[in-house]
Amino acid sequence: MEITLTLNGKKRTASVSPDTMLFDFLRNHGCYSVKCGCETSACGLCTVLLDGKPVLSCSVLAVRADGHTVTTLEGLQEEASEFVGFIADQGAEQCGFCNPGFVMNTIALLREHPDPTDDEIRAYLAGNLCRCSGYEGQTRGIRAYLNAKKEGLL
Amino acid sequence: MNRELKSVGKGVRKKDAMQLLLGKPAYVDDVTPSDCLVVKVLRSPHAHALIREIKTDVAEKVPGIAEIFTYKDVPQKRFTMAGQTYPEPSPYDRLILDQRVRFVGDAVAIVAGEDERAVDKALRLIKVQYDVLPAVLDFHEALDNEILVHPEENWKALCDVGADNKRNLCAQGMESDGDVDAVIEDCDITFTRTFHTKACHQAMMETFRTYTEIDPYGRLHVVSSTQIVFHARRILAHALDIPKSKIHVEKPRIGGGFGAKQTLIAEIYPAFVTWTTGRPAKMIYSRKECQTSGSPRHEMEVTVRIGANRDGTIRALDVHTLSNTGAFGEHGPTTVGLSGHKSIPLYTGELEAFRFAYDVVYTNVESAGAYRGYGATQGIFAVESVVNELADMLGMDPVDIRMKNMVREGQIMPAYYNEPASACALDKCMLRCAERFGWAEKYPVRRMPDGKIRAAGVAMAMQGSGISGVDVGSAAVKLNDDGFYVLRIGAADMGTGCDTILAQMTAECMDCSVDDVTVFGADSDASPYDSGSYASSTTYVTGRAVEKACLELKEKICAVAAEMLGCAASDLVFHGREVEKADGSASVSLADIATKSMCGNNIALEATSSHSSPISPPPFMAGMAEIELDPETGAVEVLNYTAVVDCGTAINPNLARIQTEGGLVQAIGMTLTENIRYDDRGHLTENSFLQYKLPTRLETGRLNVEFASSYEQSGPFGAKSIGEIVINTPAPALAHAIHRATGHWYRELPILPETIALDLARDAENGAAE
Repeated sequence: MEITLTLNGKKRTASVSPDTMLFDFLRNHGCYSVKCGCETSACGLCTVLLDGKPVLSCSVLAVRADGHTVTTLEGLQEEASEFVGFIADQGAEQCGFCNPGFVMNTIALLREHPDPTDDEIRAYLAGNLCRCSGYEGQTRGIRAYLNAKKEGLL
Repeated sequence: MNRELKSVGKGVRKKDAMQLLLGKPAYVDDVTPSDCLVVKVLRSPHAHALIREIKTDVAEKVPGIAEIFTYKDVPQKRFTMAGQTYPEPSPYDRLILDQRVRFVGDAVAIVAGEDERAVDKALRLIKVQYDVLPAVLDFHEALDNEILVHPEENWKALCDVGADNKRNLCAQGMESDGDVDAVIEDCDITFTRTFHTKACHQAMMETFRTYTEIDPYGRLHVVSSTQIVFHARRILAHALDIPKSKIHVEKPRIGGGFGAKQTLIAEIYPAFVTWTTGRPAKMIYSRKECQTSGSPRHEMEVTVRIGANRDGTIRALDVHTLSNTGAFGEHGPTTVGLSGHKSIPLYTGELEAFRFAYDVVYTNVESAGAYRGYGATQGIFAVESVVNELADMLGMDPVDIRMKNMVREGQIMPAYYNEPASACALDKCMLRCAERFGWAEKYPVRRMPDGKIRAAGVAMAMQGSGISGVDVGSAAVKLNDDGFYVLRIGAADMGTGCDTILAQMTAECMDCSVDDVTVFGADSDASPYDSGSYASSTTYVTGRAVEKACLELKEKICAVAAEMLGCAASDLVFHGREVEKADGSASVSLADIATKSMCGNNIALEATSSHSSPISPPPFMAGMAEIELDPETGAVEVLNYTAVVDCGTAINPNLARIQTEGGLVQAIGMTLTENIRYDDRGHLTENSFLQYKLPTRLETGRLNVEFASSYEQSGPFGAKSIGEIVINTPAPALAHAIHRATGHWYRELPILPETIALDLARDAENGAAE
């Protein structure tokens, strides 16, 4: 069936089968940032924004995006660039495979709660697994970004 | 060091950090073509069976199916998938496909097709008739069982590891120092305890995956998520029975390894498809396949007999380990060794005698492999728990008993191949850990107003830095235009940051900035030989190779400069960005030397060095956990974990800290939530992340990490290792804290809330009855 959606700001029309997952659709359309870690909606790696809200693209049908707006990390490079350097300063990116999902959900967090506490950060990102970093470096990175912003350094 | 370090010891960003954080294509499936054959494997539903008949004719008719292979189509030479230095200690017990299937999830057939849909359909249409055989599912019953996992005549062990396939034995051995029985006889106190750890999974976020194609030279080009490009080349040559010269292996970015990718889990299937059909192919493991057909930690049963005096002097340790290698022997003979070699030497201090014996058995469950800690984790859980119990019996503080008995700098460790603790700050680690954690305040058990119980536990650990006398690290450093360097390595950065820390060492040696060093690797054609990234070897072993290569390159640079300045090279001093005459009368810039090297020059400005170490200096650490236990539900919340690590010089303190934090959290999962259960037919229950519960960021508690540095003379800039040791303390420290809170010693992992709650309910019942 044919679907039309706005992907990273561009209108796209494509033919998909009814059981195509949004995850596969996105990678087939060059959005290689989107990663799969589990197939059971348990890891958060495939997080993208559907009409601005974070969703797990491995468990959303592509046809669900028909008529909607989908944003991947490819479409949010500038917004991500604002804070990911602070994660890099901690070394908390590590293998990087979970990074795009984590960054997308962090963008959603910061849009929703521009000034979260550390516990709010942990709660919001609880669905984003990371096996390398132990998470605390990611929290420190986001905290450092928020502090820099408050101090007017950005 | 007589001058201040500029790059080493600095928390610089990982060279690939920004690209990874911005989601740029970097991993196998991002950087290889998608118009290739999709490869999947039909998996055995039986724990042990012989394939009587396998019919693929209907499946082959599915549109888009290119080839289906069965055991009849593969070479009949056995090999091992373990990434180890040749001759591998792991027995040659594998075929690509075998008529005998040995665990639920074992490979039955390989299907290659144009797309996933066709391949999935074909998998369902292959008709297999099995003669189902009785299986060995309990590793206690494996040795000398009449059911044999590997009855075949062409099974072979290349090394003398005590293996005997006719006894289900993958390895067996015993070593000792002193008369352990006599010493224990003479001790005031002795007791024996048995511990059980399960086959936990590395659960790296990127599953196993490999792309293969035939290159323009007719060779097999393999792009894989692997820690071991050179071992992979050799293993593939063995498996496919083709010359090693026909194979080229490279790795792009790796989405985590933790040892899982030190075994050739995915590579063999697409490689076989491509070599047979000539067509490009790709195999991507599902998470379920990772769980059921991966390479998890070896399940172990570790029995510890301890002998001590009433004053807390630990005089003897007698350790026996029964290890379950599963259906195949990958890393079986070697992991077991660490359960003794990395636990007993912690108590070298007053130890008069030790014995360490082990049996490694084959069973009909998933084959085990390498996982961060590599047997040390299991052994340290057992020995450290026994020491905590001893302290409890003696009414001693568990920190004091460790300070009294621990290995000290300069001591020879008989249980660690008689190697010296040449750099050892374990005492400083323990004291600093107690201070930072607040041991004096947190060790007493505290009942909170809401009925929950707070308690604390402690443990210490060691690991190695590479495999002594075996691992080879290499580095090639080349000067390029404008004076930038390319560092080529065969070690594989799997996210840990070895590209960056080796670049930091290069920058330090060549007196330039880290940005002036580009890193390339790993590639079996282009990289200098390196055993690969495992055994905590890269910093210590490959790091020294970097130092050696830089030294040699400096001499060559001075030789070119000498020609340019018309003097002897011995008259010159290398200053990084320029080379100057010792008397200061003339100099030439590095950029000009680089330019000169590309015109009318006979001296290659490139140096390659290898390094192997006769010793493997252990890093040491202390860890302390504070928990809050809910006696109603048995739930254990980790409040905070403090770790102080002696990794020698931390080349990059940021990355060393993250390594530590990551290892602690992985171990918290292993201790509290990551369970492995098989049903009576050998099916694994925890086959997805819904059942196999990794810690989220809500379950880690606060992590406090510090370093108490020693200086290892044989290491680069005084460094030892960090990657593996960090996973070893949480299991015993948390079990200790749980004992403090409940009065129960838990000797099996994971320690689940339901187990605790049932025990406490039973205690309450018994208390009421009394």
